[in-house]
Amino acid sequence: MKKEDVILIAEDDKGHFELIRKNLLRAGICNKTVCLADGQEILDFLFDMDKDREREYHNQEYILLLDLSIPGVDGVEVLEKIKQDTNLKKIPVVILTASDNPDIVERCHKLGCSTYIVKPTKDEDFEKTIQKIGHFLSVVEITSIR
Amino acid sequence: MKKDIVILIAEDNAGHFQLIKKNLWLTCVDHDILQFKNGKEILNFLFKTDTEIHMEEDKKYVLLLDIRMPQVDGLEVLKRIKDDQKLRKIPVIMLTTTSDASMIRQCYELGCSYYIVKPVDYHYFMEAVQNLGEFLSLESMRLPSLSENSN
Repeated sequence: MKKEDVILIAEDDKGHFELIRKNLLRAGICNKTVCLADGQEILDFLFDMDKDREREYHNQEYILLLDLSIPGVDGVEVLEKIKQDTNLKKIPVVILTASDNPDIVERCHKLGCSTYIVKPTKDEDFEKTIQKIGHFLSVVEITSIR
Repeated sequence: MKKDIVILIAEDNAGHFQLIKKNLWLTCVDHDILQFKNGKEILNFLFKTDTEIHMEEDKKYVLLLDIRMPQVDGLEVLKRIKDDQKLRKIPVIMLTTTSDASMIRQCYELGCSYYIVKPVDYHYFMEAVQNLGEFLSLESMRLPSLSENSN
């Protein structure tokens, strides 16, 4: 990841957002993070940017960490909308959610999520998991949504 | 990840394959690792056009895919996988020396999960594969099944 790449964190639980942000930092990920607490907010953020070709944001590269249980628009629908859009589909989407339902795991992979991770219930395990995600993301190249 | 998970590595460079395998083993010893030396071999395995060895529906797979390979290149392999209704669920991680921006974009357009450029420096290469291995061995990661009756 380049240092100007942005990590979008779709998460309505403030505690989890802080835990994710803090442990990405611990893994050496100093990239800007944006917290989006609602499904509609994510779609507005991404699709407004996609429409507006003048905005400098357009060359921006993003990774999305997505909790499926966010309010507003359902997380699976958010994933579907992103992966159906010619430009936005290039954003790697990491599902990070409480649900361990095999049907949902199947559905998300079919729609094109990059990885599906079930949030560990113990904070300590959750923290370690985020750090490993961070270490991995540090060696990944992403592309702009242009 | 659980024990029914297989890491497929499509890599024609023997040295790179050994280095990848060794460093994955350091982090996720539980997984089977299969090597394919070109694009044709991996397609034969996945599309079951080879009688010797082919994929099994009750296992779960992750594919590490090089781009520059003889016979069929990685880009074509990625395209064939993502065009197939069943196989498209397999997460494909590009692991290649090519750092060309248009290649990175093309792979994401075709639906790769991630794109990793092999670091030129040996130690950085080892570290990158170990980070990948730690990620792939996360207990909380869920992979899709490939059986016909799943949605």
